[in-house]
Amino acid sequence: MQNLNSQNDPYLLSRQSLDKNPSEDISEKIVAIILFACALVSVLTTFGIVVIIFQETFGFFQEVSFAEFFLDTKWTPLFADRHFGVWPLINGTFLTTAIAMAVAIPLGLSSAIYLSEYAQPKVAAVLRPAVELLAGIPTVVYGYFALLFVTPLLRYIIPLEIFNALSAGLMMGVMITPTVGSISLDAIKAVPRSLREGSYALGITKLETIFKVVLPAALSGIIASIILGISRAVGETMTVLIAAGLQPKLTVNFAESIETMTAYMAQISGGDSPRGSLNFKTLYAVGAVLFIITLALNIVSYWIANRFKEKYD
Amino acid sequence: MATSYQQDDSLDSTAEFTDNVESRETLGKVFEVLFLLGLLIGLFILALLLFDIFRDGLGRFLTPGFLTETPSRFPDQGGIRPAIISSVLLGTVVILVTVPIGVGAALYLEEYAPKAWWTAIIEINISNLAGVPSIVYGLLGLGVFNYLLRFGPALISGALTLSLLSLPVIIVTSREAIRAVPDSLRNASYGLGVTKWRTISSHVLPYAIPGILTGVIISVSRAIGDAASLIVVGAVGFLTFDPGLFQRFMALPIQIYSYITRPEPGFADAAAATIIALLLLILVLNGVAIYIRQRFSIR
Repeated sequence: MQNLNSQNDPYLLSRQSLDKNPSEDISEKIVAIILFACALVSVLTTFGIVVIIFQETFGFFQEVSFAEFFLDTKWTPLFADRHFGVWPLINGTFLTTAIAMAVAIPLGLSSAIYLSEYAQPKVAAVLRPAVELLAGIPTVVYGYFALLFVTPLLRYIIPLEIFNALSAGLMMGVMITPTVGSISLDAIKAVPRSLREGSYALGITKLETIFKVVLPAALSGIIASIILGISRAVGETMTVLIAAGLQPKLTVNFAESIETMTAYMAQISGGDSPRGSLNFKTLYAVGAVLFIITLALNIVSYWIANRFKEKYD
Repeated sequence: MATSYQQDDSLDSTAEFTDNVESRETLGKVFEVLFLLGLLIGLFILALLLFDIFRDGLGRFLTPGFLTETPSRFPDQGGIRPAIISSVLLGTVVILVTVPIGVGAALYLEEYAPKAWWTAIIEINISNLAGVPSIVYGLLGLGVFNYLLRFGPALISGALTLSLLSLPVIIVTSREAIRAVPDSLRNASYGLGVTKWRTISSHVLPYAIPGILTGVIISVSRAIGDAASLIVVGAVGFLTFDPGLFQRFMALPIQIYSYITRPEPGFADAAAATIIALLLLILVLNGVAIYIRQRFSIR
């Protein structure tokens, strides 16, 4: 009777629900554990990448010596006369990356400076997402454009091979421009207004303020954005695979066909290269070099960007 | 002596200052135009790219059957149905896998995680994963899904690989959306004696949904446009049947790549036509995101 009463009385009922309810306590704990497990997936992903790459790479170095991989200057794993010197691939990667950054740094920085210092807020609100569309275009589309539009166009002006480092690098640069631009823009915007106003008060023009006050103050953020851009360029695959060719060469001639680390990986794979074969293992050995390079670049970029954040908070 | 020297100097520099100021301002104007030009070059190339692709591909795209037939050996025949179905299936699996895990991880990090060294490690780890190249995820997928779990070069292997690739982006954007929910909302709920999970599920999550959805769409669009990881996992360039979860598969970007690499001239136009289909699919996804975001934002 007493029990029934208390259930009908809304006040008493809510009093009751405030008391510790053991079943609810347990389900709360279960939820916390499930959410923790979700967060662990990312750690497991990294763990999986490291274990799988280095396991196969270890197998690779049991057949090919460390010295040959890093000292030989020829990369011909698919020929009868096999050489496993990784430098031609690294050379191709950094040649296209250098061209890409020669495009992305000026375009990205001038976009960031214009949007932050000159554009009306309403104009900037339209132009910023428009520029960022460049990063949303699938990279295979940039490959198509590089091979079938940019290369034929450039061949009117300079003699280029059909597959060449220049076209691929140029398009990769356009694609990376928003990466450099966005992060630089945030860094430039974080520079306090008072610094600019102090400069104007001394009779310094806007342009001089930008170059002598704003950009130096935002320098660490800008450098972080550039390093992240380099990391993107090093890891980009489809554009170089389609437009830069598959000729591993030690050259700085951007008119020639070269091969990047990623392009080699795409060339050799296909899901059906027999597991355990040496070719299969080269995929992972090159992947390990690529992973270590991009990881180092990302860590440096993250570290520099974080140092600059602390400065103004 | 010293005084006169100082006077001379200051006189000199004042004269220079007034002389110079106009040319310095002109230089400023020149650079303003240069900066604007730098911004517009990117947009100009984007416009040129779209124009070129529509010019090359629109005719082929509008051929009857292009979206509904299977590929043919002849560039002007057949269609891209298996690639479309593959891409839609891949996108669906990516959403089903990454949304619960990604949002769960974001909730853990924002609402539950204590400030400890291992929380910091999880956070640094996520931001590092966001910078791992797509093709390296392909190596992971090949090792784990193809060989360890024995799925082989099947659609499910590709889909799970793309899911891992998308996860960091979804976690980062979901965290931002959850962090933007005002604390007063949580405190009001706790003040009524509501438990933590109930507060999250009934107040925090509904409030954060528009932001979370935006992140989901961004990363699914990227996953649908990605080809490098799928090439490593074993996507094929030519498929004459509609793929299932455990069958060989392709994807729109893989179809594009396969068309580009064929020597006969007509295939370039077929590639452009397929690019139009891929861009439309991404556009539709983004349209849905904007629509949902606006509907939920009103509440």
